[in-house]
Amino acid sequence: MDAILIEGLTKKFRPGWPGLPSVIALAGLSLSVRQGEIYGFLGPNGAGKTVTLKILLGLMRPTSGSAELLGKPAGDVEVRRRIGFLPESPYFYDYLTAEEFLSFYGHLAGLDRAHVGRRVTQLLDLVGLTEARTRQLREFSKGMLQRVGLAQALIHDPELVILDEPMSGLDPIGRKQVRDLILSLRDQGKTVFFSTHIIPDVEMICDRVGILVKGKLLATGRVDDLVSHGHTQSVEIVCEGIDAETVPDIRDASTRVLRQGRQCLVVLPGPKRLEEVLAAIRACGGTLVSVTPQKGSLEELFFKQQAGPTNEQAERKA
Amino acid sequence: MRQVVVIALNTFRENLRDKILYNLLFFALLLIGVPVLLADLTIMEHRKIVTDMGLAAINLVGVIIAVFVGIGLVSKEIERRTIYTIMARPIRRTQFILGKYLGLALTLLVNVSIMLPVYFGTLWVYRAPVHGALLQAIELIFIELLLVTALALFFSTFSTATLSATFTLALYVIGHLSTDLKGIAEKSESETVRMAMKAVYYLCPNLEVLNMKGQAAMGVSVAWSYQALASVYGLLYVALLISAACVVFQRRDF
Ligand SMILES: Nc1ncnc2c1ncn2[C@@H]1O[C@H](COP(=O)(O)OP(=O)(O)OP(=O)(O)O)[C@@H](O)[C@H]1O
Ligand SMILES: [Mg+2]
Repeated sequence: MDAILIEGLTKKFRPGWPGLPSVIALAGLSLSVRQGEIYGFLGPNGAGKTVTLKILLGLMRPTSGSAELLGKPAGDVEVRRRIGFLPESPYFYDYLTAEEFLSFYGHLAGLDRAHVGRRVTQLLDLVGLTEARTRQLREFSKGMLQRVGLAQALIHDPELVILDEPMSGLDPIGRKQVRDLILSLRDQGKTVFFSTHIIPDVEMICDRVGILVKGKLLATGRVDDLVSHGHTQSVEIVCEGIDAETVPDIRDASTRVLRQGRQCLVVLPGPKRLEEVLAAIRACGGTLVSVTPQKGSLEELFFKQQAGPTNEQAERKA
Repeated sequence: MRQVVVIALNTFRENLRDKILYNLLFFALLLIGVPVLLADLTIMEHRKIVTDMGLAAINLVGVIIAVFVGIGLVSKEIERRTIYTIMARPIRRTQFILGKYLGLALTLLVNVSIMLPVYFGTLWVYRAPVHGALLQAIELIFIELLLVTALALFFSTFSTATLSATFTLALYVIGHLSTDLKGIAEKSESETVRMAMKAVYYLCPNLEVLNMKGQAAMGVSVAWSYQALASVYGLLYVALLISAACVVFQRRDF
């Protein structure tokens, strides 16, 4: 059983005023998230990430299509006992203290009194808010709210954690803590599904990603696969003692040659002719300083996707 | 049921932490006690004013709280997006609505319970007669407060706070005039006016049914059968409004 299974989901918003066009937020989205994995849901602003998550949590009803969480249809009340959710830029009851706030959600999740107390202490510690536990949320900074929001999502020890842009509003240390937290959730066997438009976060921790553009999933798979298959990886060679520009073999095989003092930088479009170039360098009496394959980043892929899928990518989707 | 209690208690706590509530309560206590300052009156006049003013103050402040807290019960949760994390929990939408309603009802109950001893204390100071009729009137005031809260809650499930306030206050006024409206309807020449007035009369809650203040202030008790019937009438209206609120809320996207 998949942790999340979405099939042909569409969501159309009727216009707020007659005559205006309606908005199609989701246009037949299908995806699945396996149990125990960290799945990054990547997409530019307005792609439909938040709408998808709202449908999963039963906050919105889809126009058509279906979504299942842990084998139950989205909107099922009981299954939410096993799910934790952090909405985008969360707003909470600001008249509560951090402790009261977490207890409230603990009780709503159906935990008994003693259990709630224990979990509140644990989670305040986990998100680093133990000191602020008796302060009202109205005094909290944006990052502190994000942290207490995360704690709220985890108070009942859910199997499936759904987070809408969990890193937004956090400082670099906070981002790292959230990444570590997500990784530790996976170590405990939980499934994490989170949306973001920040690519390095995804590259660092996700098992799989899905790229959502204009309400459609344009690519999905392991980060490595998407990155290496999506486009060619270039290789950078640094050598000493020769003028690489003057060697025909090197010049032909490279896309760029740069001289910097005694060193030359040679950029190859791919690893295919690497051996050939290395041999040519040695043959001319040059010394090799370094060979660095340039791993393409998800970012390049992301921008390419937004520009419109190429045939190759469309095929892979199929 | 547990979910309803959790929401209700939290709503009650929210109300308790709202400073406006204390200002209103202070205002009410002032109104109840203030006739002290009115000079140049005979003792009898003084007693009558204390009795009338107190009942009016309990009623007025209750209605203000019911309307102005009530209109935010649901709409504020949606506008401030606090609803997202709540509805993502194992809680039904009807449970949420019920919890919000009961939370405010509890606040009103506590509020009336604080005003009541102050009122009777004031009466005692002035040696004004204390009747059971006053308690009867206050019970009906409380039913009215429950009804007004339900009205505000109902509007707040589908419109903004400002609109809800307008609707609720309009219905409150019509509710108190509805007997007059029926009178106008019967006298009117035009068939359409008659129909329209009748429709308004039958659709809007008749709040005058719950108003026994004048009678009580003169020490005239209400028949128990009337008291019971009027209360049931009010509570049925509450049930109707809350059910309607649930139906509307059930279908909403957030
Ligand atoms: N309640 C709504 N009514 C009308 N249109 C909406 C509503 N909610 C979302 N939309 C539209 O749906 C589309 C997708 O919005 P969504 O919030 O899911 O984007 P997102 O991927 O979360 O973007 P971001 O990265 O900015 O958070 C947008 O065009 C948005 O305007
Ligand atoms: Mg979003």
